[in-house]
Amino acid sequence: MLEVKNLTKAYSVGPFGREKFYAVDNVTFEVGDNEIVSLIGESGSGKTTIGKMILRLTKPSSGKIFFNELDITTIKDIKEYYRHVQGVFQDPFSSYNPIFKIDRVFEMVREEFYPDKNQQSWRQEVARAIEDIGLNPPEILGKFPHQLSGGQLQRLLIARALLIKTKFLVADEIISMLDASTRIDVLNVLIKLKEKGLSVLFITHDLSLGYYTSDKTVILYRGSIMEYGDTVKVFKNTQHPYTKMLLTSVPTVQQKWEKSNISLHGRETPKGYCKFYDRCPFGDEKCKNVELVEVEENHKVACIKV
Amino acid sequence: MNEMLFFAFRNKKLRIGLSIVLFFVFLGLFGPLISKYKDPLEYVGTGYQPPSKEFWLGTTTFGQDVFTQLVYGIRSSFLVGLIGGGLATLIGLIIGFFAGYEGGWIDELLMMITNILLVIPTLALLIILAAYLPYRGILVESIIIGFTAWPWTARAVRAQTLSLRVREFVNLARITGRSHLKIILYEIMPNMFSYVFMVFILQFGGAILAAVGLDFIGLGPTKGISIGLMMQNAVLWNAIQLGMWWWAIPPGLVITLIVGALYFMNTGLDEVFNPRLREM
Amino acid sequence: MLEVKNLKLYYKTLKGYVKAVDDVSFTVEDGELLGLAGESGCGKSTLGNGIVLLKPPMYYMGGEVYLDKQKLPIEDYEKMRNFRFTKVSIIPQYAMDALNPTRKIGKYIQEVLLSKGIEPESVINDLMERLTMVNLPERVLNMYPIELSGGMKQRMVMVISTLLNPSLLIADEITSALDVSSQKAVCLMIKDFKDAGIVKSLIFVTHDLSVLYQIADRIMIMYAGKIAEIGTTKQLIENPVHPYTRMLLNSLPEVGIRYTERLLKGIPGQPPQLLNPPTGCRFKDRCPFRGSECDEEPPLVKVEEHHVAYCWKVKANA
Repeated sequence: MLEVKNLTKAYSVGPFGREKFYAVDNVTFEVGDNEIVSLIGESGSGKTTIGKMILRLTKPSSGKIFFNELDITTIKDIKEYYRHVQGVFQDPFSSYNPIFKIDRVFEMVREEFYPDKNQQSWRQEVARAIEDIGLNPPEILGKFPHQLSGGQLQRLLIARALLIKTKFLVADEIISMLDASTRIDVLNVLIKLKEKGLSVLFITHDLSLGYYTSDKTVILYRGSIMEYGDTVKVFKNTQHPYTKMLLTSVPTVQQKWEKSNISLHGRETPKGYCKFYDRCPFGDEKCKNVELVEVEENHKVACIKV
Repeated sequence: MNEMLFFAFRNKKLRIGLSIVLFFVFLGLFGPLISKYKDPLEYVGTGYQPPSKEFWLGTTTFGQDVFTQLVYGIRSSFLVGLIGGGLATLIGLIIGFFAGYEGGWIDELLMMITNILLVIPTLALLIILAAYLPYRGILVESIIIGFTAWPWTARAVRAQTLSLRVREFVNLARITGRSHLKIILYEIMPNMFSYVFMVFILQFGGAILAAVGLDFIGLGPTKGISIGLMMQNAVLWNAIQLGMWWWAIPPGLVITLIVGALYFMNTGLDEVFNPRLREM
Repeated sequence: MLEVKNLKLYYKTLKGYVKAVDDVSFTVEDGELLGLAGESGCGKSTLGNGIVLLKPPMYYMGGEVYLDKQKLPIEDYEKMRNFRFTKVSIIPQYAMDALNPTRKIGKYIQEVLLSKGIEPESVINDLMERLTMVNLPERVLNMYPIELSGGMKQRMVMVISTLLNPSLLIADEITSALDVSSQKAVCLMIKDFKDAGIVKSLIFVTHDLSVLYQIADRIMIMYAGKIAEIGTTKQLIENPVHPYTRMLLNSLPEVGIRYTERLLKGIPGQPPQLLNPPTGCRFKDRCPFRGSECDEEPPLVKVEEHHVAYCWKVKANA
C-alpha cells in the first residue's frame, strides 16, 4: 500500500551550512495491505521525520514515497491524499486545541471532507466511530480535552481517522505518554482495526510493543535501516549487532540484565561507513558502503559481519 | 473562562490599575460635560489664577481654564492611544503572524522590513514625518504613531506564532486539509488572545507617551488641545518659575498615572492569564 | 534508613484539597533499593518530592518521616535545608534539564557546593571517582550542558546529587526520557552507587515495573494516593495478590508475546479523581472482585514475611 524508496532528509549544518546532517538516509521499506509495520528506533533515529514525510508535513530531500503505486508528490489536491493517509501523534494533550471542545476535531473533519453531509447523519456516524474504539459517546462528546484522559484522547484521534475512512495510519509514539494499563487498550483497538482493513506504520522506541502488535519490523539507527523483515524473524533470529544490543537492554520481568560492554559515547563514524560503526564492537575498515542483504525469506540485514 | 474572571477580580494589581484607568476614562468622557467652560482654548478669565470655585484648576497665563484643558486633553490622549495603539497592534499582528507561520522567504522579507524599522530611531522618524505634514490633527498623529510602533509587536507575535505552529494541534489541522488562513485564524490566534490583549495595552500606553513626546516638542496637533500641548505651553510660559503649580503639575501627573496604571494592569493580567504565576 | 508513618500530603486547589498522598506508611532499610511504582496520579512523585522538597501548592497534612531515627521536618522548607543534599537528596524528574545552560558543569558543581558551605577542594577526589563510576570522562567538567547527550546529563545529575553521600536518595522517573540503552546504563549505575555504599538507601520512582524487576530489592505499588501492595521483587512478580498489581502485570507486553498468541488486557476505566475520592478501597470501581465490604477502608493484610497488601479480598498466610 505504501512504499518508501531511497527516502532521505538532509539538513544543512555547520558554518555557512556547508555540511549536511542526514536525519533520514536512503531508507527503503514498504507497508502492505492489512499490515502493521513497526518503525523502531531510539531518539535521533529519524523515525519521526519519516512519519512526517509520509504525512507530507515535511518535504523529503530526495527519494520517493508511493501510495498504491502512485508517487504522492503527483497528488496535487492534498486533501485527496489525506483521505487515505492519516496520522496520530505522541502527545494527546497537545493534539487538541485546548480552548475548544473535542467535538471540534470531528466538526473539522466534516467541514473539510464531508461538507454536504447533514448534521443528523453525521452525528450518528461520529457516535458509531466512538463506540468502535471502545468509548461511550455521551461521556465523551461536549467535553474539553483537559477533562478526558490521555488514553481516551488518543483513541478519539483514531476514531477521527476512521471517520475519514482512511486506509493508512501513521501512529507516531502514540502510547508513550499513556499509562501501562491504558496502552494495551489503545493497541488492541489498532489490532482490531487492522483486521478490518487498516494498515498502520507504528513508530515507537519500545520493542515489546512492536513485537506485540506488528507483522513486520524496521530497526532504524541514525537515519539508516539496520535490520528489516518479519517481526518474529527479526526478534527471534536477530542478526544485526544493534538489534541484539537493543534486545539485551530492554527491561523485562522474565530475566535480569546482563552487564554488557557497549560503550555509550562512541568513536567518530567516517563518511560512507555503516552508521552503527560508532558503537559497534565488531566495527572495522570493512564496514563501508553496507547495504541491506537478505539473510532469509522476509528478513534483511545491513551488516557485512553477518 | 469563568475561572479566569475569578482570578481577574481577585488580582490586586489588576483591580488597582483598572480602577485608575477607568477613573480617567470617566473623567475624559464626562469631564467636558460637567466643566463650566466648553472651549478649552477660550480666554475665560484673568490669567495666573490659582484654583478656585470659578476655575477648579486655576487658569493659564492667558486666562484659559486648566481643568477644561485637562479633561479635553485626556480625551485626545485616549483617542491617540486607541487609534495609534490599535493600529500598531493590528499591523504588528498581521505581519508577525504571516512571518511566523509561513516561514521561508516571506518570513525573511517581513523580518527585514521589521528590523529596518526597528533600527531607525522612532523619534527621529516621527519628527520628520510630523514636520513635513502641513496639517496635523489627532487622527494623523495617531496614524503616524501607529505606523512606527508596530515592529516590536511583529517580532513578539512572530515568536509566539513560531512556537504555536509546531504544536501538534496545528499539525492535526494540516492533515485535515485546512487552509493556511483557517489555521492561523482558528487554531493559532485564539491561543494568542491573552498575549495579544496584553500587547495592545502596552501599545496603548506607548502611543499615549509618544503623542505626549511629539506634542511637547511642538510637533503635535496644530489645532485643539492635548496633555502634551498643555505641558509644552506650561514650560514655554515658565509656569514652574512663576509658581503656577496648578498648570505645571496636573498634566504630567495625569499622564504618569494613566500610563503607570496601564503597565501595572498588565502585570496583573499576566498572572491572570498564566496559571503558573498565580498564588494559591 | 527511612520510616514513613501515616503521611498525608495534599495539594491545595481552587476547589479544595486534592488528596494526592493519603495515609501512607512504609520503611526503607539500609542497603535497600525500594521501587515505588504506579501510574500517573497515584501519588508516587508527590511522595518522593514531598519527603525532600515540600512546598506550595503541596501541603503537609499529617504523619511523620524519620531518617536514621531522626525526625525530618519536611513541613518546614527552610529547616529541611540542613538535610537536603547532605542527608537526603533527590534527582527530580527532568533533572537533566535543570542543569544551568550558561554554566560549565565544573563551575556549576563548585557553586552548588559553596552554597552548602562545602569547600570544593575537599570533595574533588570523590568527584573524580564518581565520574569514572558513571563512565563520564573528566573533560565533562569543562563542558556546557548542551554539549552532552540526555543520558550523559542524567548521569551527571546523578553524580552531583550523591556527591555528599546522602543517606537516602530519591530518584524520580530518571529514566523515562532516555533511550533503552541509556536507561539500562543509568539504572545499573544507580544500583552500583547503592551497592558501593555511596547512598545507604534508595527510592526509585517509576511507572515501569520491568525496570524495577531489574534493580529493585523491594517494590511498593501505589494507587490513587494509597499503597496497594508492598513486597520483595520476587514476591511481587511471582506472587502478586492485590487485584491492581495482578492486572497491571497482565497488561505488560514482553518481547516474546504477540497478540496472536495472547491478547493482553488493559484495566478498563480510570483512577478516581482525588478531590473527593470514593470511600473505602479506591480501586473498587475497576476491580473485578469488588464486594460490598470494599466500601470500607481495606485492612493491612500480611501475605507472607515482608509481603503485605491493602485489600479485603486477600487472605493472610502464615
